Amino acid sequence: MKNRGLLIYALAYLAFLYAPVLVLPIFSFNNSEFIAFPLSGFTTRWYQNLMADGAMQHALGNSLKVGLITALFSTGLGLTAAKALTRYRLSGGSAALGFICLPLFIPDIVLGLSLLMVLGWIGLPLSLSAVVLGHLLICLPFALTVLMARFEGFDPNLEEASADLGDDGWMTFWRVTFPLMLPGISASLLLTFITSFDEFLVAYFLSGTEATLPVYIWGQLRFPERLPMVLALGAIILIFSVALVAVAEYVRNLGIKKATVGA
Amino acid sequence: MSFLEVSKISKSFSGTPVVKEVTLEVERGEFFALLGPSGCGKTTLLRMIAGFETPNSGSISIDGETMTRVPPHLRPTNMVFQSYAIFPHLNVFDNIAYGLRKERLSKEGLRAKVKAMLETIQLEGLEGRTPDQLSGGQRQRVALARALVRKPKLLLLDEPLGALDKRLREAMQVELRALQRKVGITFLLVTHDQQEALSLCDRIAVMDQGRILQIAGPRELYEHPNCRAVADFIGEINFFHASVQQIGQATATVNAGLLGTLTLPRSNLAQGIGLDDHILLAIRPEHIGFADSIAGTVMGEIVDTTFLGDHSHFHVRIAGRSQPIAVSSSASPPTGSVHLVFPPEFLIGLCSD
Repeated sequence: MKNRGLLIYALAYLAFLYAPVLVLPIFSFNNSEFIAFPLSGFTTRWYQNLMADGAMQHALGNSLKVGLITALFSTGLGLTAAKALTRYRLSGGSAALGFICLPLFIPDIVLGLSLLMVLGWIGLPLSLSAVVLGHLLICLPFALTVLMARFEGFDPNLEEASADLGDDGWMTFWRVTFPLMLPGISASLLLTFITSFDEFLVAYFLSGTEATLPVYIWGQLRFPERLPMVLALGAIILIFSVALVAVAEYVRNLGIKKATVGA
Repeated sequence: MSFLEVSKISKSFSGTPVVKEVTLEVERGEFFALLGPSGCGKTTLLRMIAGFETPNSGSISIDGETMTRVPPHLRPTNMVFQSYAIFPHLNVFDNIAYGLRKERLSKEGLRAKVKAMLETIQLEGLEGRTPDQLSGGQRQRVALARALVRKPKLLLLDEPLGALDKRLREAMQVELRALQRKVGITFLLVTHDQQEALSLCDRIAVMDQGRILQIAGPRELYEHPNCRAVADFIGEINFFHASVQQIGQATATVNAGLLGTLTLPRSNLAQGIGLDDHILLAIRPEHIGFADSIAGTVMGEIVDTTFLGDHSHFHVRIAGRSQPIAVSSSASPPTGSVHLVFPPEFLIGLCSD
């Protein structure tokens, strides 16, 4: 009896979590402009509209650009920071870690507003570059966390062994550190890309005239007749996001076993 | 000028001194051990010789060249790590060939060199294996091969046998000794296992709390420790309080309380011991004998016997001393009361501090 109760609880919990999300793909195939039950028939016309929408594709392009650049920069910066924080006896190391991770706890709206003001003062125009800067703040803690965990997972003696066998720091990085960090680096790239791609508030404040995809979607919500198309877009983003995170997790776990071969 | 010269080297980590003014000389071709309990600074000393730590003061030179500030990748040393540090993403062949990149060998040359090394360490045919397909002993061999293939002037070994089980460790000790003779490279071994140091090495430096207490050959170290800490650390030993009554040309007479007044060779007294000094008399368990007669012996009672095959280990309690005396003998175990003989030539006088 007790187990049965727990089972019901677990199912209810899962339904609460995922039922609303499932509404998206369901209504994206519904042949009606109104988002209401009963469903009125199957159609792919919302997806067809989506394909024909130039503004949407432009916003998608913007988001991909911002996501890619943010992912590359935050992972690159995260890699050097993670190496320093895990491998060297740094004075003030934990303080540095705290400050890098602080943006995780600052509400995005505060971050967005303050960045907006600062950009105004230093005279930088609102643009996709400004969005990238804002997203770096948000993504760096994620990159750092993933990469530090990975550094801690492999024996620091491996890098020393490489130096001992005649390689300088640069060669050691390419022959030992990078291959062993690769799963962590890929996981960090995927995670930061997804974080940037999904981010709305900071992008809303800083993007100016060049909308990213979430900003574009927000804009479309004013037009009820376009809502089903937005649902179709949402469904696509949902599936890609889940797939990317799954791949990131898989890659991360793939490396853990290999790096722990020790004595 | 010795082959490896470490002179007055000191190192502290965030204010805590770990190595204190250590001076050490190792000759070319020697098998030398740094022996001490964990935390005595031996690994830090080794890492300074390898270049992974920079000393706060002092200097290191290898084969006449000053190495104190040279980074590890430019030193003529190679290290076998305690964790072996085999590259997990490379197979056995690539692990061994790792350090040969700069030699720019032809493909065949490289293959021949690695093959020869695999033969030396008896791992032929395993070059395609990845590290997770190797046993502990095989990984240890790969770590050795990877270092030796570079023909270092000095091979540094950090507790290389610590991770192996007892049987394998003993087998590897014999092999390591034979390998060192074969390649003729100077080996510097760090270990906390006194038996390993005694059986492998030509000379041993005993370290404690960042200092070297004594540098000597295994037999010298065992038979003539220069202080209580060394005597205590190497093998088992019994201590008795005594005072020096007379120092002659070749002998010294001491009053050893329970053991009576004894005359021993003067050379058995540690340096710096003078007349009327309070000293510690030390004697190994196997040097104490059982006697039939009463004259010149000490009466005791066996309280514990451990049979060890070719010999037995006894704890003998004597009147007026709370700690039992350890005696090791191949004689058939006597029971009950026994008479103990303390041959003066095996009694060593040490400073009592």
